[in-house]
Amino acid sequence: MKILKLMFKNAFRHKLRTTLTIVGIAIAVIAFSLLRTVVTVYNSGVDASAADRLITRHAVSFIFPLPYSYKDKIQQIEGVDIVTTANWFQGIYIDKDQFFARMAIDPETYFLVYPEFVLSKEELNNFKKERNSCVIGNEIAKQYNLKIGDIMTIDGDIYPGRWDFIVRGIYKPKDKTIDGTQMYFQYDYLNERLEKEAPMRANEIGWFVIKIKDPSRSADISEKVDKLFKNSSAETKTETERAFQQGFLSAVSAIITALNYLSFIIIGIILLVLANTMIMAARERTREYAVMKTLGFSAKHLVGLIMGESMVISILGGGLGLLLSFPVVDGFGQAIPKGMFPVFYIEPITIILAVTAALSIGIISSIFPLIKALNTKIVDGFRFVG
Amino acid sequence: MAAIIKVKDINKSYQRDNFVVPVLNNISLDVEEGEFIALMGPSGSGKTTLLNLIAGIDKPDKGSITVADINIAALSESELAKWRSHNVGFVFQFYNLIPVLTAFENVELPLLLTNLSKKERKEHVVAALTLVGLEDRMDHYPKQLSGGQEQRVAIARAIVTDPIIIVADEPTGDLDKKSADDILLLLERLNSEYKKTIIMVTHDPNAASKAHMQRHLDKGDLV
Repeated sequence: MKILKLMFKNAFRHKLRTTLTIVGIAIAVIAFSLLRTVVTVYNSGVDASAADRLITRHAVSFIFPLPYSYKDKIQQIEGVDIVTTANWFQGIYIDKDQFFARMAIDPETYFLVYPEFVLSKEELNNFKKERNSCVIGNEIAKQYNLKIGDIMTIDGDIYPGRWDFIVRGIYKPKDKTIDGTQMYFQYDYLNERLEKEAPMRANEIGWFVIKIKDPSRSADISEKVDKLFKNSSAETKTETERAFQQGFLSAVSAIITALNYLSFIIIGIILLVLANTMIMAARERTREYAVMKTLGFSAKHLVGLIMGESMVISILGGGLGLLLSFPVVDGFGQAIPKGMFPVFYIEPITIILAVTAALSIGIISSIFPLIKALNTKIVDGFRFVG
Repeated sequence: MAAIIKVKDINKSYQRDNFVVPVLNNISLDVEEGEFIALMGPSGSGKTTLLNLIAGIDKPDKGSITVADINIAALSESELAKWRSHNVGFVFQFYNLIPVLTAFENVELPLLLTNLSKKERKEHVVAALTLVGLEDRMDHYPKQLSGGQEQRVAIARAIVTDPIIIVADEPTGDLDKKSADDILLLLERLNSEYKKTIIMVTHDPNAASKAHMQRHLDKGDLV
């Protein structure tokens, strides 16, 4: 028989109370993990930003297009490696609920600037060869059971009409932090049709992505790009990809901040639940602690016993919660439209935070009952009537 | 025979809200080795307080208590805890066994503070439980035992470390006559056969009659 055994026996002396506390902690850890995942997923675009990429958009707003002709001028700036373009296409695939990013891009350069979207040489060549070909992410291929050679028909909304695409490539994200839910097709396919049907909208792109040779020169090159188009009919705003992503998320940043705070409020609630259980447990055992002190058990033994009991409950609750978090977060990711959270998984930092929180809660919630137990004189402990 | 316990001019009072309540007034008492002494007196006379002071679970305001040549009144809390674990066996009115531990584990509890191996601890526990006649109840939890059996487990716990003195606070106070007689017989045996010095607080004249000596306390004075 060891103190450890007594600690475990104490923890499960009131099975129902301890079980309910463990379940309460587990639910709170699941809620914490889910909220933290939403927060980290929202920020994942920012985190995945490359330091050597700049985004040039219209100075007024992202929704205004820029002349395609800017591309060559930007390419001339010293320090620029590759310039590529992208247009937000949107459209409706199957129905309005099937949301994922669909963009018209420059097939020659786009995948050079975004090496995190891994596409085989053969598929890239096939994509370049055929005007109405498209490349989709592996997540999209899996979700809609699409294969190479399949036709994707999209009803245009920003660019009206029926648009048929042939799947010629399925890219794989470099790692799980990269979005596997995008669809790319050739800008020329879009532009050629616009030249016929809406010539006023032709030869315009949404934004430029500039790969620079030296990331430390991002401010200098951004300034040079914007200076180049100063006082033109379409002035530009160039910033790092990170700043661009942050600006893109600013509309929902208040909600994200609230979710972030909420996730930590949940930790506070767990703390109160466990602290309450521990205070009740320690109060009930006032006489037993007096007996143990009488037998010669010292303060360090009582610290081990009380804190250990608290840790047993918090670790079991935290562990259970963390284990269940994976299927719950996965289920949540499956249940929501793919495009809303392209990447949805529990990040290591969330696991670390949840484990740290569970351990900290175990320690903190035992402090009050510990102080009480240690400060109660033996004779007062024997007089105690719970 | 030399006195193993020397209580000299001790005073003790307790603070109750705004009041200071004197409990013991200039008490002096010598207890010889191998003695069996009963402390008697009405409720509030200070007998349990005196027992607690001798056992080192409380400290006097004034005076000295020497047990086996150690002035325990001068020891720190941690020194006292260590001293108690080696020198004193405790028997309480309400047994005070740990409910989640078996009889074996309850008796083993004080031995966890020693350097004994698992095997040695087991030998000690079995010997103590055999002595109190509960060798067949080792795996029983307190709730599976009668009051008398619980008190015998408590006595086994008190003697398992082979202490110099055994202090018993109303050891028969919660028992029926038959169980009380068994416990008293056991205490007598520990005193006569194993030469344990026993100090017992009791209200019960029958229990007190088993002791070699009876001392009475009244309003904090030894009479």
